[in-house]
Formats: sequence, structure tokens, C-alpha cells
Amino acid sequence: MPTEALDLDTFVRNAEEQLEKVEDLAALEAWRVAYLGRKGRLTAILRSLSELEEEERKRVGAEANRVKQYFASAHLSARGRLTAKGTVTQAPLDVTLPGRPKRVGRLHPVTQVQRQILDCFVSMGFSVVEGPEVELDRYNFQALRIPPDHPARDMQDTLYIDYQQNGEYPLLLRTHTSPNQARFMEEHEPPIRIVVPGRVYRNEATDASREWMFTQVELLAVDEGISMADLKGALFEFAKRLFGQDRKVRFRCDYFPFVEPGVDMAIDCFICGGKGCKTCRGEGWIEVLGAGMVHPEILTNMGYDADRYTGFAAGIGVERIALLLYGVEDIRNFYANDVRFLEQF
Amino acid sequence: MRVSLKWLADYVDITLPPKELAHKLTMAGLEVEHVEQAGGDWDEELVVVGLVIAVEPHPDADRLRLATVDYGGEAPQTVVCGAPNVAAGQKVAFARAGASLIDGHTGKAAVLKPAKIRGVESAGMVCSERELGLSEEHEGILELAEDAPAGTPLSRYLGDVLLHIDLKPNRGDCLSMAGVAREVAALTEQTVRMPEHTFDEADEPAKAKAKIEIADPDLCFRYVGAVIEGVRLGASPRWMQERLIAGGMRPINNVVDITNYVMLELGQPLHAFDFAAVRKGTIIVRRARPGEKLTTLDGVERELTEDTLVIADAERAIAIAGVMGGLESEITDKTQTILLESATFHPVSVRRTATRLKNRTEASSRFDKGLNPELAMLAAQRATKLLVELAGGRALHGFADAYPEHSLEVHIDVSRRRLEQVLGIDLETSRVRHALTSLGFGCIWEPPDRYRVRVPYWRMDVRIPDDVAEEIARIVGYDQIPTKGLGGEIPPAIPQPLRDLRERMRDALVAAGMQEIVTYSLTTLQALQQVVPPEELATYPPLRVVHPVSAEYEYLRPVLRASALQALAANVRRKEGELALFEAARAYVTDPEGQQPVEQEHIVGVVTGQREDRWGRPSGEDIDFYDAKGYVEAALGALELKPSFRAATGFGFVPGRVGEILLDGRKAGTIGQVHPSVAQHFDIDQDAYLFELVLDDVLPSLPERPAYELVTRFPPVIQDIALIVDKQTAAGDMQRLIAEHVLVRRAQVFDVYEGDRIAAGKKSLAFSLTYQSPDHTLTDEEVAKAQAAIIARLKNELGAELRG
Repeated sequence: MPTEALDLDTFVRNAEEQLEKVEDLAALEAWRVAYLGRKGRLTAILRSLSELEEEERKRVGAEANRVKQYFASAHLSARGRLTAKGTVTQAPLDVTLPGRPKRVGRLHPVTQVQRQILDCFVSMGFSVVEGPEVELDRYNFQALRIPPDHPARDMQDTLYIDYQQNGEYPLLLRTHTSPNQARFMEEHEPPIRIVVPGRVYRNEATDASREWMFTQVELLAVDEGISMADLKGALFEFAKRLFGQDRKVRFRCDYFPFVEPGVDMAIDCFICGGKGCKTCRGEGWIEVLGAGMVHPEILTNMGYDADRYTGFAAGIGVERIALLLYGVEDIRNFYANDVRFLEQF
Repeated sequence: MRVSLKWLADYVDITLPPKELAHKLTMAGLEVEHVEQAGGDWDEELVVVGLVIAVEPHPDADRLRLATVDYGGEAPQTVVCGAPNVAAGQKVAFARAGASLIDGHTGKAAVLKPAKIRGVESAGMVCSERELGLSEEHEGILELAEDAPAGTPLSRYLGDVLLHIDLKPNRGDCLSMAGVAREVAALTEQTVRMPEHTFDEADEPAKAKAKIEIADPDLCFRYVGAVIEGVRLGASPRWMQERLIAGGMRPINNVVDITNYVMLELGQPLHAFDFAAVRKGTIIVRRARPGEKLTTLDGVERELTEDTLVIADAERAIAIAGVMGGLESEITDKTQTILLESATFHPVSVRRTATRLKNRTEASSRFDKGLNPELAMLAAQRATKLLVELAGGRALHGFADAYPEHSLEVHIDVSRRRLEQVLGIDLETSRVRHALTSLGFGCIWEPPDRYRVRVPYWRMDVRIPDDVAEEIARIVGYDQIPTKGLGGEIPPAIPQPLRDLRERMRDALVAAGMQEIVTYSLTTLQALQQVVPPEELATYPPLRVVHPVSAEYEYLRPVLRASALQALAANVRRKEGELALFEAARAYVTDPEGQQPVEQEHIVGVVTGQREDRWGRPSGEDIDFYDAKGYVEAALGALELKPSFRAATGFGFVPGRVGEILLDGRKAGTIGQVHPSVAQHFDIDQDAYLFELVLDDVLPSLPERPAYELVTRFPPVIQDIALIVDKQTAAGDMQRLIAEHVLVRRAQVFDVYEGDRIAAGKKSLAFSLTYQSPDHTLTDEEVAKAQAAIIARLKNELGAELRG
């Protein structure tokens, strides 16, 4: 019926006009009651449908339901508009002002680098163990093929503890983490894979690259079929993880009494890519650690069959790695404990 | 070890540029630390060989002279010269104005400028060794050889390349030019030329004149004596002096220089005695006698210990073997006949004696690496030849040679399988053989699996198959070894609960906002006396190191707090706001029974400064005890540890402001305010708070895993109560008592009041109580009943009154 349709159009237009005038949530509620409420006008229209003939009833009914849905969504968006409008009444914020400071602590950079190193080897199946810092000469030197009066003692100036026994000083501050090789092998059978972190001490004058106290990570693997190729593989993996996937490593001959053959490992300079710069002193290579195959005499002394078992060992200077990783020029910064320095790591 | 390439070229052709050669040596284990271009700083045009044409006195100064020098330029130049040894006809190093030299007085680099000296214009200089940077010698000018061509750039005439090699103690054989030459030859496919060692001898045999006896063959393996008569003492030739200087030694006279020269050349230390001082022409190598004395070359009379090996004549000691000669038997210009010693001493004996006499020398450092007795004869022959040729001597026939037990050739059987087992690569037999023979080893391949390897006498460090493997690898190149991923069985993990706890505590403290520091493990006794009670220091005296790096680091610390306070002090001056530092490290507790101290894992925390405001700036509100306690609670709490605290006394703390940190009722640490006098000692002039935990004592309380409880869905009831108690009553005791009620899930202090609104000597504490049941909704009645019971108990046990 044209008139009904016209009425419905007018009805909708009126509703829209009134809705636009609504300025607050109370007025909106009044509008909702008027148009959508149980006693509202649309409900009235729908109720009156029964008076119409069937065909007409279907048409108007469908129309009225569409209007009802339309009103419902108009109501929702009006409420959204009013709610948003409501926040405008609160003062705007300067989002560039600093947030409320929260205290942030940090691990010492040497702790952080030590963890990186350990994580790397732990993922290769190594277990972390630790040993004493006040060590017996027997483990620190003698078990490592450095008897008293051996010239290799000159390589590591030692801090002995003021405690004498038969005119000798049997106690010392360990000069490296290597005594744990013997300590561990005494107690365990192959296969062995351990990393041993800890503080070590040398009676040395300090300078930009040397501290009398520093941190080492010892690496030891003993099993059947371990060769220098495995040592290279493990250390190569370590170099890549810490210094980047495209790192190259270089092995050269070096001497430590407790390994044979002995190795010094260098990585290609990650600053200049091997062209030569200040960090690598123009060499293109940076020496990062000493390593080698465990001397068969040590394996034999531990009661292992040195024909059957072979092993590798390495000693990594944590501060040295940290210096390189962070580009710190002077190792003494690490233990000066200036919070302004430490907070940057 | 300094190696002159000019000198080295006598023994091997040098086919590579110095840098490449240095690299090859380094890769093979002879680490070249530094390649020095000697004379590289001399300007080619301004520093040249000059001929002194005339020397005249300075008109105005007695000590100065005017030297006219032909330097190959258009006209000779006259310069003022202060050196006493300048003479006409000399070849000298002549520098003209503009040349960069070393100032002879200051030792610093300086550019030579024209100057008027006592009224005479001087635009150049006749140089000393020091001015050229060759040595410290500045007494006179450097004289060059007569045939030095005037006008030639000095850098071309005198210049050299020095390799500075950091030689490892196993390679004593390379403490010589011959040894380095062998390495160079092997690495560059060249052959070694050993120096000449034949000479004309007299008919009379040396043995007839000199008797050698080794009385202690355990300390002396061989003693070769040569007798050279008619020696004329004088300066050694220029070339020899130059080489000694290049090798880092000072020229002295021809006889001493020859012994040093042969030592640098072959690695065998030598000693020359004035034969006239050797009584009865007899040498006895023996241990010193009780109370025996010897005046050594340095003029010091030394009492010898009985384990000192000496060289004696028929009556008395005349030298300390391998370490120092005696004054009486020293070569002088009156010496006519020399007894030359070339001996092999026990390395440890020499090392101990040299260390005891604080006289580690070029000679002793060669002995203490171990020398093969075979070398002694070669060196004796070479030195005798030079003495005959350069000191005008006449050598008696042969040598007086005491060699009780001949050293045997060393043979090692090395299997091909072992080489592969160690190196990870199966090398062809031809490569193995080539590598070994290039180093002077003998190598015979015996199929199917064996190399018979003969070790050359000078390689005392090669004794087992794996040593041979290293020799092969370093010549073939370590880069030939393949890279393999570590395979095989992964051994069982080893639990490290204390270490795990320490690392978790580190993380927890960092999460709570503390900064980690690392301090030295050693400190001073004075610092420890500030924080450890005297009776404890007496019972467990801290361990001391014998020769500390410095007086600041002498004692191993039994607690970490002294070092932490030092670190705090350094930062107080640098940073405003809050400082909260911690360290996790070992503490060393002396074990009066055992040898090694007990090493405990400690954590120390130090806190000071002002809390920060909304902007992160100091708020004016001082940090207090409860800030420090907050860190302890937060960190332990993060590990599901529930510490309680108990008032205590503590050395170095403010009385009444110190407590024990308890876990399961056991002490695991201390917390408190640092006593102002202690703070002052460490240079901290503000309130500071400190805690120290002993992780070994924390560990037993650490739950294996968090004790998880289902979150109850029944609603909580919250009730606040205020209680009046005596001031001394500990809040912790009240809280514990409240929390013991079965329906109380949480009891929280939220206010403390002391003041005029309540009676004197009393305080009011307000608690917020959360009641909750896991299995039902609490009724008002139940809560009221529980609360009444709690209040009654507080009253009974602690005298608490409900605040009206």
C-alpha cells in the first residue's frame, strides 16, 4: 500500500533526524525506547500487521524487520559516537613525555658473554661443571705435564698461597681452568663432554689487554674417534655463533704442555672482513683461543686406554671475547665497576 | 728471540719477503710477534755512509772537535762532534739537517736542525748507535767497516729486518740462528748450510794439558774443553759486533763475543776460562761443598748451597755451572791461554740455581730448555775455529771431552692409523715423509701401517707418535685438517644445583632492578677487619698470597661485602639517584683442618642513594633498610623461596638495624644498615644497606619445583584490623601468627603508626586479612568466628589489643 510505504519512509526519516539530534546517552536511551522499545512505534507497526491481508502482511512485515535491524545498527553507531565524544571531555595526553621509570638491572657483560659461550657448547651436548679456584699445584701444573722447574711455568706467572709444606707451596690460585680436566677425568669414564667456566689468576702486570684476574671457559671432550677435525668443527661452530655465520677460522701450531698437537685458533676479523684494521692489528685475523688434542700421557695417567680414546681441550678467555664482541678497548673497564659503563650492556 | 734476516741468510736462502716468511713461521708454531725494519726510519738521502777526511780541534771548546766528512755530496761538510773516538779515515754514519734521529740525551725522536755550537755552524752530525736507534750506546760514534761505500744510504748498508719470535719453551732448539734456519728451510723447500767448524790444530793434544772430570754425572751430561793458546784480547770484528747487537747482546771483547756469537748461532752456551787460573789444569764438575764460597763475575762473594753445580779446578770452585763465571778465572788482557767450556748441564739444576741467584740469562734460558750433548762438540769446534781466526789463537789438538753416557738416537714407530686418529685426515705416505725429512727427521715407510721415524738430536721435544703427528701437521699446514661436526654419544648431563641456583639468583636480582658487578677475589686485611669480627679473623685467618700483584689484593676474601662497598664508594661519587649493585662470587673460608679452603657461593648486595621520582630523578627520599629487604624478598621470592627475618647483631652494621635472613628457620644470610664508621672507612658518607647470602645455605630450602595450588573459585572475604602492641613486638611474629589460621590465605601489613594518638611505648599495626576457603563460600559467621579467634590469640601470645 503506497500510503503505508510512504508512512514507513517518513517514519524512518523522522527517526534518523531525531537520532542526529541526540547529544548524550540519556537522550539516546529515550530514542531507543521510542523506536525500538517494547512499547515503541515499530513494535506497534509490527503488532498491527495481523490486521492486514496475508500478502500485504508479508511485505510490510519484511520491510518493518529491515527497518528494525537498521535502527539497531544506527543505535549502536550512535552510541559509539557518543562514547568517543565522552572521552574528548578528558584532557589530551602528550604521548612524547617519558614513561614512569622502572628500575632495570643488568648482568655484567662478562657474565653475559660467558653465558653465550656456555650456551653454545651446551647445545652440542656439553655439561657445565665447576671446580675450585684455590687449587693444588698437583692439578694446576703437575697433572698437566708441568712438573716443578719446568720452563712452561714461565708461561703463567702464579699467585701462590702463603702455606708451606716441605718447603713448597702446594696451594695456588689456579692459573687456568685446565686443572678441571684432571679433576673430572679422575671421577668419570669416557665419553666426556664438559665446559668449565670460572675465574683464573695470574701474577701479571695489567694493561689494556691483560688483567691479573680473568674468566676462562675450559672445553674437554674425550671419546673414541675424536680427532683434530672434531676440534675444528666444534670451535668453528662456536666462532660462527658468537661472531657471525660467515666467519672463517684459522688453526695454527701452538704449544701447551697438556696438549699434542697444540693449536691457536684465530677468526677472520669481523670488523674489516680480513683486510686489516686496528682491531686485528692489520693482520686480518684475530687470535681468540688456545686448544689442542689432550696429551695421551694425561689420558694414560687417568687410567684411560690412550690408544682407544682421544680427546680435545680448549681454553677460552671470556674477557677477550667480550672485548672483541663489544669493541671495548681496555679490559680494565670490566672490573672498574663504573655503573655508567656497565649499564650499557 | 730476535732473528736478523741478514744473518739468517748465512744458513739458508731467504726466498720470501719478510712478512710472508713471518707468517709461515707463525703458522708453524714460531710466533713472529713483530717484524722490525731496523734502519727503516733512516732517510735514504739524509742518513748515509760518510768518510771522515779531517778532524781538527774546536777553536772554542776543549771537548769538541770539528770533523770534515765526505758523504758523497758535492762538497764535504764540516760538523761539530763531541765523540772522543772520531778520527780521520773512519767510515761513519753521517746525518744531514732534516734527518729524523733519536735525541742522544732525551731518547726521543727528533729532527736534526742546523745549529751554531760554541760559535761554529754545524749542519749535520756523526751519529752514535743510540742516535740511530740501534742500541743504547752513546759513548762514542758508530764506526763502520773500512770498505763501507761513502755516500750509500745507511739504510741500504746497515739496514736489516729483525723477526721478534715468541718462542715456546718446548722449542729450545730454535733459540739459535741454526734452529730458525732449519725451520725456514723446511717451510720454504730450501736446504740448511751449517757454519764451518774446521781449523788448524797444533800437535800437542788438549787432553795432555787439561783434565776434565765429571764428578756428578746426574747434573752434567757432557763437558767438552778446548785449549787455545796465544790469544790476543781485543775488539771483535765489526760484522760480529753488528750481529751481536742485532741479537740483543752487547759486544765486550773478541773472546767473550765469540762465545756469545756461537751461542746465538748454534744455541750452545759457552764459557771461556783463563787457563792460568785453573789450578793443575784440572776441571771437576761437581756439587758445591758445604760452606764453599765463590766470588762471581759481578764481584759478589756468594756462599754456595750444596745442590749448586759448580765448575771447580783441583782446589776450589771457579764458576757456577751454566749461570755465572768466577771473577778469578775471568778472561783479562793478560790472558794468554783459554780453556773453552762447551758443556751440557741438567736443565732443572741450572734453572733452580739461576732463579735462586736472580740471574736468568741468555745462557741459563738455553740450558733450562734442555740441550743435547751432541751439540756441545759442534759448538766447541765452531768457537775454537773463530778463536783461532779472530783472536789469533793456536788450538791444541782435539778436545778434552768428558761424556760419561752417550745420548742415544731416538726412534719412534708411528702408525698411519694413529696419524689419522689424531689429525682426522689420512695423509699420503709421500707427504708424511717429505714433511719429516725437510725437518731433518729420518722416515722410513714400512707397509702396511708403520713409519719408522728417526728424531734429529736437536729435537728433544719429539718423543711420542703424537709429537710426530704435530710435526707433520705443522709442515703440511693445519689448514689441511678437515672440519667435522662432533658426533657420537652425548654423555649424561651432570647436575649442578648450586651453580643453577646462583645463575637463577643472578637473573632474579637483575629482574628486581639490581646491577651486577664483578670485583677482585682478593682484598686487604684492613678492608676485611671492617666487616669481619676479629675473633672470626683469628679463628679462620684469611688466606694470603705470597707475592701479591699489589698490596690492595693480598688476602682471599671470606665475605664479598668489603669489595662490594669499595665498588659502591666508587659509584656514589659518580651517580645520583639509587644505586643497587650485586655480585655473585666465591668466598673462601679457611679450613683449619684441611689444605684447600671451603669455597662458598655468595651473593652480596649493596644499596644506597635516593629513591627516584616520576621522572627518574632523586626524589629527596632516602633509600632505607626496606629497599634492600625488598630486593632480597623479590629475588628469593622469584625462586619460590619464602625468607623470614629475625633481628640479630652483626659486625659492621648499625646495632638494631640488622637481621638474619632465614629459610626454613635456618640462617642463610645477613641484611642491615652499614655502620657509618665502616661506610666512612670505604669513603661512603651516606646511609648504605647491605645483604649477603650464602647460597650453599639457601640451596637446601630450594623447592625442586614450584608448589602449585589450584586458584579457588570461592570468593575471598577481606577484613582489616588495627592492633596496638608494644613497640618491640615484631610485625613478622604477628603476621606469622595470623597466617597460621586455617582460613587466612593472606595477611598483609598496610600501616604502622606510632605517636600521640596511642599510648607511649606502643605502636599500632594495621593488617589486611584475606579469608578464603578452597571448598565453599565463607559465611559472615565463619569469618567473624575466625577473626575473633585470631584476635584472642594475638592478645594471649603478644598482648595485642584491638585498636578502638
